[in-house]
Amino acid sequence: MPISWFLALRFFREGRLQSVLIVAGVSVGVAVMVFLSALIDGLQQSLVEQTLGTQAHIVVRPPDEVARPMRTSDDHVAIAARVEQTAQRARSIVGWQQVVEGLAAMPDVTAVSPTVSGPAVAIRGNATRAVVLYGVDPERFARIYPVRRRMIAGRFEPTGTACVIGRELAADLGVGVGDKVRLTAVGGVSDVYAVGGVFDLGNREVNRRWVVVATRGAQTLLDLVGGVSSVEVRVREIFAADRVAADITARTGLVADSWMRTNAQLLTALRSQSSSSQMIQFFVILAVAMGIASVLVVSVVQKGKEIGILRAMGTARRTVLWIFLLQGGTVGLLGSAVGAAMGAGLGALFQSLARNADGSPTFPIAVSAALVLRSAAIATVTGVLAAALPARSAARLDPAVAIRNG
Amino acid sequence: MGDAVLQLEGVHKSFGTKVVTEVLKGIDLRVERGEFAALVGPSGSGKSTLLNIIGLLDRPTQGRLAVAGEETTALDDAGLTRLRGRALGFVFQFHHLLPGLSACENVMMPLIAARGRTADEMRPRAVALLARVGLAEKAESRPSEMSGGQQQRVAIARALALSPPLVLADEPTGNLDTKTADQIFGVMREFNRELGVAFLIVTHDPRLAARCDRTIDLVDGRIVSDRRQTAT
Repeated sequence: MPISWFLALRFFREGRLQSVLIVAGVSVGVAVMVFLSALIDGLQQSLVEQTLGTQAHIVVRPPDEVARPMRTSDDHVAIAARVEQTAQRARSIVGWQQVVEGLAAMPDVTAVSPTVSGPAVAIRGNATRAVVLYGVDPERFARIYPVRRRMIAGRFEPTGTACVIGRELAADLGVGVGDKVRLTAVGGVSDVYAVGGVFDLGNREVNRRWVVVATRGAQTLLDLVGGVSSVEVRVREIFAADRVAADITARTGLVADSWMRTNAQLLTALRSQSSSSQMIQFFVILAVAMGIASVLVVSVVQKGKEIGILRAMGTARRTVLWIFLLQGGTVGLLGSAVGAAMGAGLGALFQSLARNADGSPTFPIAVSAALVLRSAAIATVTGVLAAALPARSAARLDPAVAIRNG
Repeated sequence: MGDAVLQLEGVHKSFGTKVVTEVLKGIDLRVERGEFAALVGPSGSGKSTLLNIIGLLDRPTQGRLAVAGEETTALDDAGLTRLRGRALGFVFQFHHLLPGLSACENVMMPLIAARGRTADEMRPRAVALLARVGLAEKAESRPSEMSGGQQQRVAIARALALSPPLVLADEPTGNLDTKTADQIFGVMREFNRELGVAFLIVTHDPRLAARCDRTIDLVDGRIVSDRRQTAT
């Protein structure tokens, strides 16, 4: 065993109470870091999942129509004094098949679903409800939304004669699987569909509004034959959605709205949460560092005489430096091991206590290996850095003075 | 420099910058291999300063110093540390054993420091040295579990771990009763005679000095007498 390790471990063992106390201090700090990170990550993941459970990561649609001022052809003088803003009509994405192929080929994109959507009215008997009609390819749609996992009755197989609706709408209309519903688009085109399935996407408004049919059916009802009104996109890394959306706009000239833009408030909340968590972690690390440093400073003073004797016996300054650096690192490593276990325990305890009314966990707290390794690395590096100053002063001790005064 | 384990020529040592205090005022001294010498003198005569310089724990302001035939003037701190580890053994008045280490590990310490790491063959050597000072059965004891005399014997074993040509002892019996002091002195004498290790012992005890082969008298930073005698 190298001399620095040999002496670091002996010194560590010798000051048993001091060592136990400082390791306990570091453990508490690391436990707070691990628990807090896992808690915030779990909370954010749950919030994002809830939001994105009923929303595509990116929605690509044609650019808005803009009225241009009319000008004379020769000297470009404006003819009209005022330009009226045009109303936006339902339009198809020009060459949408190529757009879909192009998007699907992008490395950041995992799923693409061309969609025909527009307002309609669902009627059954006396009940009439305003709805949003979605015409989709079931396979592609199911890759964007977790709808197949969320079916509570029937199957998710929208066709030209069968629609899939949400739980609240089914209750409002008083229908179940197999019952008929009349869907009338605002243009007046109307058709009767059988209810093929009922979903619950965990969002009342979505459950109350969405009616999903096959693409062709929606195209006919919304008078958009052969066209699609938007393309919905799922990306690999959800927080890269903004970048991918900008990329899509640059490539296609279409408007691409990412979930990050449409949920700017949520994103701001998540970011504030992350920064407050990082700030807490920073101060925890600072407290850990000061704790380790103060214990080692005292240790250097206490062991001045021993350091002098070691130097007199031919121990190099560098070795003395390493003895204290290793002690700092060992405290950090041990503390992080105990702290990670404590943090994981706290997470499990929290999860067992904080439960929904139905007994399911409010949100998952996952203490990942990466989180444990990161915390261990931070604590160990902090330990070594915190030991740097005391270690330097130990290495600089004049052996003659240390032996005489120690 | 012949067979001298220690040679000082015109060594001066001053402290302070504004008010300069000259503690050593030109020391010339030569200690041969296997010598057993006492360094005596009243308090404040410069004994400890001289011992620190000889022990390479401090540098002279002026003059030359050679230890085990190696000139030290040009050596840097790392060089001095290496030479100190190889050529010198230390025995202090308060034994200065490392309290967290067993007797055996304390004796192993100079070996570990010289090699930079622990090794299996160090333990038998340390135990053998402890056996020579009559403490084989205390090998695993901590210093706090031993008497003052036993601790000092461990310190002597430690000083001899690397078989240095010269051992510097600063008041090695100053803290012990007469009987234990005699035992400690006997142990040092035995190592001196059997292994040919030179000893330079700082002492206030004229009885002990008289039992050495040579007495060097330091007064006010100067060697005032240096006489060889037949040991009693």
